[in-house]
Parts: sequence; C-alpha cells; structure tokens
Amino acid sequence: MIDGFLALYIFMLAAFTGYEIIARVPVILHTPLMSGSNFVHGIVLVGAMIALGQARTPFEMTIGFIGVLLGAGNAAGGYVVTERMLEMFKSSKPADGKGGK
Amino acid sequence: MVWLPTLIKGCYFLAALLFILGLKRMSSPRTARGGIVWAGYGMLLAVLATFFLPDMHNLGLIAAAVLIGVSAAWWTGRRVAMTAMPQMVALYNGMGGGAAAAIGAVELIGYVRNLVPVQPAVIADTPALTPIELALGVLGALIGAVSFSGSLIAFAKLQGWLDKRFVFPGQRAVNLLLLAVAVVVGIMLASGYASLSLIAVFFALALLFGLMMTLPIGGADMPVVISLYNAFTGLAVAFEGFVLGNEAMIIAGTVVGAAGTLLTQLMAKAMNRSIGNVLFGSFGAAGGEAQSIEGAQKPIDAADAAVMMAYAERVVIVPGYGMAVAQAQHKVWEFAQLLIKRGVKVKFAIHPVAGRMPGHMNVLLAEAGVPYDLIADMDEINPEFPATDVALVIGANDVVNPLAKTDPASPIYGMPILDVSNAKHVIVVKRGKGTGFAGIENALFYADNARMLYGDGQAAAGQLVNELKTLDA
Repeated sequence: MIDGFLALYIFMLAAFTGYEIIARVPVILHTPLMSGSNFVHGIVLVGAMIALGQARTPFEMTIGFIGVLLGAGNAAGGYVVTERMLEMFKSSKPADGKGGK
Repeated sequence: MVWLPTLIKGCYFLAALLFILGLKRMSSPRTARGGIVWAGYGMLLAVLATFFLPDMHNLGLIAAAVLIGVSAAWWTGRRVAMTAMPQMVALYNGMGGGAAAAIGAVELIGYVRNLVPVQPAVIADTPALTPIELALGVLGALIGAVSFSGSLIAFAKLQGWLDKRFVFPGQRAVNLLLLAVAVVVGIMLASGYASLSLIAVFFALALLFGLMMTLPIGGADMPVVISLYNAFTGLAVAFEGFVLGNEAMIIAGTVVGAAGTLLTQLMAKAMNRSIGNVLFGSFGAAGGEAQSIEGAQKPIDAADAAVMMAYAERVVIVPGYGMAVAQAQHKVWEFAQLLIKRGVKVKFAIHPVAGRMPGHMNVLLAEAGVPYDLIADMDEINPEFPATDVALVIGANDVVNPLAKTDPASPIYGMPILDVSNAKHVIVVKRGKGTGFAGIENALFYADNARMLYGDGQAAAGQLVNELKTLDA
C-alpha cells in the first residue's frame, strides 16, 4: 500500500524527469527514444505477474495469463527493436572519420 | 526471511534508477546503445524479483506466460525489417496497453468477488481496494484498453492491412458519445456499483472507442498517434502501478507518460497542427475547392538525371517513406558516395515527419551507413535550397508539396515543408503519377524546374549508380 500523497509526489517528480529527458533530445534519436520508452513501460509485465499471482478463479487466471503474455511481448519486443536501431547508430560514428569509404 | 521484502523493494528501486539513467543515455547518440542495455538490466532485475514476492500463486503459469511472450516477441523483433519498425513499435505498445487493461480487469473482478459476502475466507486473503485505488484502477484500465485497440489499428494500417480511411458523417459525435458512456460506466464501477457484466460492458466500450478513434486517422498522422498511445500506455501503467502498490511501475509509467506527451507535441508541432486536430479534425476533409494545378509532369531518364547531378556543385537528397518501402537507402547512399567522390557537395534533408515515425529516415540512413554530419533537418536546410543545383526527392511527397504554403483549401495547408522548389532543378523519383499517402495532388511535380524519374526507388537509384559509373569509366 502506498500513501496517496507519497504517490502524488512520486508522480510529480517522475513526470518532470520524463519531460526533462526528452526536452534536449536531437531529432535523430526520436524514433529510438520512442521505442526505448515503449520498452520502459514494458515494466507492466511486473504488474501483470503480480495480478496473475493474486488471481484465484480460472477466469481471473485466464485474463492474468493473457496480461503476462502481452506484457512480456511489450518488454521483449521493445528491447529487441530498440537495440537493433541503436546498434546501427553506433556503427555510423567511426564512418564519420573514414569519410565514407 | 525478514530481509526478502526489503531486497525485492531494493531491486525495484534499482530498476527504476536504471530506467531513468538508460533513457538519459539514450538521449545522446554516443551513449544511446548503452542506454537500452542499462534499461534492459533494470527490467531483468524487476522481473526476477517479482517471482520472489510473498503470497504469489500460479508461479508455473506466470513462468510459462513470460517464456512464451518473451520468445515470441524476441523472434519477431529480430526478424522484422528495419522499414517495418514503426508498426512493430505500435504493436508492442498495444501489447503493453493490453497488459495494463488486463491488470485492471483482474483487480476489478477480484474486487467484485470480494463483494460477495458468502465467501469470507476469500475476503481475508485479498486486501480490499481503497476508493482511490479503485478509481485509478478503472482509469488505467480505460486508457490501457484504448491504447490496446488503437495501437492494433495503427499497426494494421501501417502494415497495409487497412488501406481505406473509415469515415462517416457524425463520426465525431458518435466517438464522443462512446467515450462519454465508457466514462460513465467507469465512474459507476469506481463508485462501487461493480458487477461482472458491467465490467464486461466497460471493457467492450473502451476497446470500441480506441478502434473508432483510430480508424478515421490518415496515414500521415500515424506517427503522432503512435507516440500518443505510447504516452497513454505509460500513464495506464503508472495508474495500475498505484493499485498494485508497485513504485517501479509508477515511476517508469509516469516518465514514459510525460516523455511521450512531449514527444507527441513536438511531432504535432512539426506538422503545424494541434493534437486535438490530429485526433478529431478528420484529415483530408478540408472544405473549399482545391486549387487546380496547371501544366504537366515532365519526365526525365536516369542517364540525364545522373549527368545533371554529376556536374552539379551542390545536391540535396530528400528521402521519404517511398525510399523506406523500396528499401532504397543503401543504393541511395552508394549513389551519394559516387557524387561525393566527384567533388559534389551532398546533403540529406529530413523533414520532421518524413516516414511513419519521427526520425524514421534518420534510422534508415544510419542503417545504410550515412554519417550524421551529412544529414540536415528542415530549419537548417531550407535557407540552402536557393544555392542548391539539384534537389533529388526520393519517395517523399506531402512534405515537399508547395500547396502547403499556397492553397488554404488544402488539407496540409500550414504544414512547414522542405522548400525544394527553390533549388535550381528538382528531380523526383516516384513510382507512378498517383497522389501521395494523404491523397493530395502535389504542385511540385508540375513545377517548371521539376523533372520526374519514374520507377521504384531502389531500381531508380540503381540506374543512377550505373549511369555514374559509366560516366566515370
């Protein structure tokens, strides 16, 4: 259980953090960053696991199971896609020095 | 085992810290790759810790679902082509929204079960939800369900499964009514009138609203919509995190919600439209007569086009979604390198909403190996067009359409564009004579200084490369 006001403080500070992180990002990184933040809300997987862990009836368990499936898809898919994108960005740095061979 | 809850809380704290540091690192090209790896470790830690939470049932089921979900997404994510990234992000984002909605559903159903007084034993072992938790749980479920069905529609549209925009008179009123009813049902649920059938109605309404809201939105607006749903899912996760008492979820969800909202605003601004206009002003349905366009499209063949650029001083290449579809980025870069070798100054100009996601073109050019310093954004390149000999437009259409400046009746009127028509010559690589994704005629194609090079982007770029090579030989 979290105290309501404590949650409100967390909410406020986290919102500023998110805003500040994005505010200074070059356009080049918008897509990977969108994909990266897509991965970060994959933390929903943890919530789905908890929900399934608390489920009692078969009906609740079915919905919880679907929730964990979807959450796992969000987390794993988001990671793979972001990592693949950023991998290419890494390789383009040394290409600068070589002057496009 | 007094230390176990503390250890688990510690893991969640570390995960939240790693997420924030990871996102921070992702905001600079040099550290970006490390950023996602940090965030990945955070996720791994949080998921592992969750298995050790007290009072967890169905551990086998949980492990099975995690394994299946992770391997399926990992497999598809590895195999999908770079050009299909936007719809994959939409798909994975929709899954996250669906998961948040599912959490809300399980909590609500459990709440209803606890209301039945004949099962005192059950009441004892699941803590009842407080009114605030109930309200936020319902809100999170609503947002999550909308994000789920909306993202799936966005995915289907970008995948090309849904070509036509679905528009009918009074659509906006119907959508608003749907949302209003969903909210009323949600308020009923949150104030304790919960029953299983009401929960079912609530989710049906929320899913239907997400679907109806996304169907009329045109392809050019898709990047904004995906980004908005990304923010939605973040918020939904934060709310469900409050219900479950999980701080890591609240922090990660809120950070994404705020970051996603700002990103959505930046993108809408790049198109000179408000988010509300994107969502509810149906695109392409502007009133008034569109200006008729005089003249004809003038074709050019690859040999002439290649010569024109080979002896130019400055060439600006403007890629668009057509380049992505044709997978032409490697050929285009090969062509650009040949020009550079001849002493031509080559730059790539990227419109903020070129492609189907912000920065989509940057990703593709990076994949082909184009260095950063050759890539210019709109504000940087527009003043340079008058001094440019040839602007080569590959697969871009609406973002270079001068009607955005001259025709108030055009649906894209007011959108900032790349002023390629100011260049001395414009060569447009285009598959056929049709209109762009938004279905709008492009005055650029009829301009006096414009020549059309018809053909698939990759084939046309290949021809240009060959012509340059024969020129060099």
